[in-house]
Amino acid sequence: MEIFSNLLMGFQTALTFSNLAYCFVGVLLGTLIGVLPGIGPVATISMLLPATFVLPPVSALIMLAGIYYGAQYGGSTTAILVNLPGEVSSVVTCLDGYQMARKGEAGKALGIAALGSFFAGCVATVLIAMFAPPLAELALKFGPADYFSLMVLGLIAAVVLAHGSLIKAIAMIILGLLAGLIGTDVNSGVARYSFGLPELIDGLSIGTVAMGVFGFSEIMRNLEHGEERQVFTKKIRGLLPNWSDIKRAFMPTVRGTALGSALGILPGGGPVLGSFSAYTIEKKIAKDPSRFGKGAIEGVAAPESANNAAAQTSFIPLLTLGIPSNPVMALMIGAMIIHGIQPGPQIMTAKPDLFWGMIASMWIGNALLVVLNLPLIGVWVKLLTTKYDYLFPAILIFCCIGVYSINNTTMDVYLAALFGFIGYAFIKLDMEPAPLLLGFVLGPMMEENLRRAMLLSRGDPTVFVTRPISLGLLVVAVALIALVAAPGIAKKRKEAFQQA
Amino acid sequence: MKIGHPKNFWGGVLFALIGLGFAFIARGIRLADLTLHAGYDMGTPARMGPGFFPFWLGIILMVLGVVIAALSLRPSRDTDVAFPRFHWRPILWVLGAVVLFGVILRPAGMLAAGFLLVFIASLGSQSFRPVATLVLGTALVSFCALVFVGGLKLPIPLCPDLAALQQLTLCRA
Repeated sequence: MEIFSNLLMGFQTALTFSNLAYCFVGVLLGTLIGVLPGIGPVATISMLLPATFVLPPVSALIMLAGIYYGAQYGGSTTAILVNLPGEVSSVVTCLDGYQMARKGEAGKALGIAALGSFFAGCVATVLIAMFAPPLAELALKFGPADYFSLMVLGLIAAVVLAHGSLIKAIAMIILGLLAGLIGTDVNSGVARYSFGLPELIDGLSIGTVAMGVFGFSEIMRNLEHGEERQVFTKKIRGLLPNWSDIKRAFMPTVRGTALGSALGILPGGGPVLGSFSAYTIEKKIAKDPSRFGKGAIEGVAAPESANNAAAQTSFIPLLTLGIPSNPVMALMIGAMIIHGIQPGPQIMTAKPDLFWGMIASMWIGNALLVVLNLPLIGVWVKLLTTKYDYLFPAILIFCCIGVYSINNTTMDVYLAALFGFIGYAFIKLDMEPAPLLLGFVLGPMMEENLRRAMLLSRGDPTVFVTRPISLGLLVVAVALIALVAAPGIAKKRKEAFQQA
Repeated sequence: MKIGHPKNFWGGVLFALIGLGFAFIARGIRLADLTLHAGYDMGTPARMGPGFFPFWLGIILMVLGVVIAALSLRPSRDTDVAFPRFHWRPILWVLGAVVLFGVILRPAGMLAAGFLLVFIASLGSQSFRPVATLVLGTALVSFCALVFVGGLKLPIPLCPDLAALQQLTLCRA
């Protein structure tokens, strides 16, 4: 049973005092930003990137991962109590969670969300431990052409499964790929698109781009309107659901976990899609669908377990293939590169302690979240009332210090401001900027693999369709585009995202 | 003629222009015999130069931009398609504060730069309150000094760049 000895090694890494402490800090911060409106995991992780420079890589990644799945927990708290999703993945939790809160069952809703998430987290941890090694082994057989096609498929799948216009998302990815190419070309030593600025010779930092596009532009957008918010301040009682609640929520939790885990592995799937589809399915198979939207406990249990499961299994493509499935995973790749770890299938064999340590830390982090969240709900509710007027200057100063610290240069601060404006303009034009970050981290890797593949084939581009693995991946990518572009499905897809 | 979906139209134009820009810089910019910018070596498909991948990506982006813009000419059934209103007040205050932070961080130190950042950016809010912002600025700057400079030892200057001040232990963290 290799899986047990591997997991044991992981727990040995994750259970050292310092790693436990960083895991704790990560999930605590994650919950905090999940609760606070107007700041998400992308901005937080990019702010904290420079702060992790001093840490060993394992601790840094454990903490950053904790922020990500911690935010899923925090997001559900606000969804239930204020009818405001802290994260997009908790949008559907609002529907029934808030209704439960209005019926005086806020504690029950929060409790079932936490327990469901914990269950999902445990299952997802085991799934990662089981599926990551064979997948990484398979990926080790990939040649450069296969890798290039895999990245094409990853990027296409990421935008097909996300909502919004397909062609705009692909354009956004290409823009990201181009931005990723800025800086010195490793093969020829030519500084591309650096405009004579010495700071651009090393290329743009992912932190600069992420903080500009996701930090600054979000602030400017939020400031457009004054704020009005109603917090559900009634005293929260009875956090533990009773036996009949658990019985009713159990099967939805299992289904949500299964669905979330499966969708999380797919590029672009992730927590958002997981929670949306879990809710839709529960509503479809319910004996009395009219209860949904009026405080049905299944409507909280299923999406909450799905988004947590998906948040965790989305680490599988990252750890085994080095392919990010969403902007947070793109940042994790950025963090790995900063710490000198080349993302890809070799991580598992080259850095087994890092690989298994991260997996084990996810289970520990989930346990910490349950212990942490249930007693601290009073504190989170208080934090919810934080005025945005106090929050956004704090985000700004953390971002500015973070951007400056990446390379200790003020040029990065100006560049982040520029990206803030670009991001704002794109958001105003209904061009969702999230795919940009995926393209950004994959840009240099894609170019490198394309060059190698073409060098090996002596300039023959048919190599991408004559190698079976590469051909298969490209066929899937084309099929995905065709599927989404087909009129009937395009309409269904639009409806599915609008409904939730 | 009336554009069916102005948001998409201008988004497409933006993509096309950016793509064209990247492609041009990769290819080089020449006016008759005059070389304004040499561009990057294209190489051959078997041995790609640094210009190959960005040039073709730029071209693809331009084509996609043109397609997006062209499709937007059709009448659209979507609501909210008008060219958006940019709210310049938060944009200018927030980004202005960030740029100012960059300009004065080295000469004036993080304490002053951070405080001004908080104060000036807050002017971009519709419900700006001076006294509360003063308190907030002081608190945030102290917190950042303690955590980032004191705790995490990030090399950020705290005080103005004057010889006399750099002697103070407080300023050297």
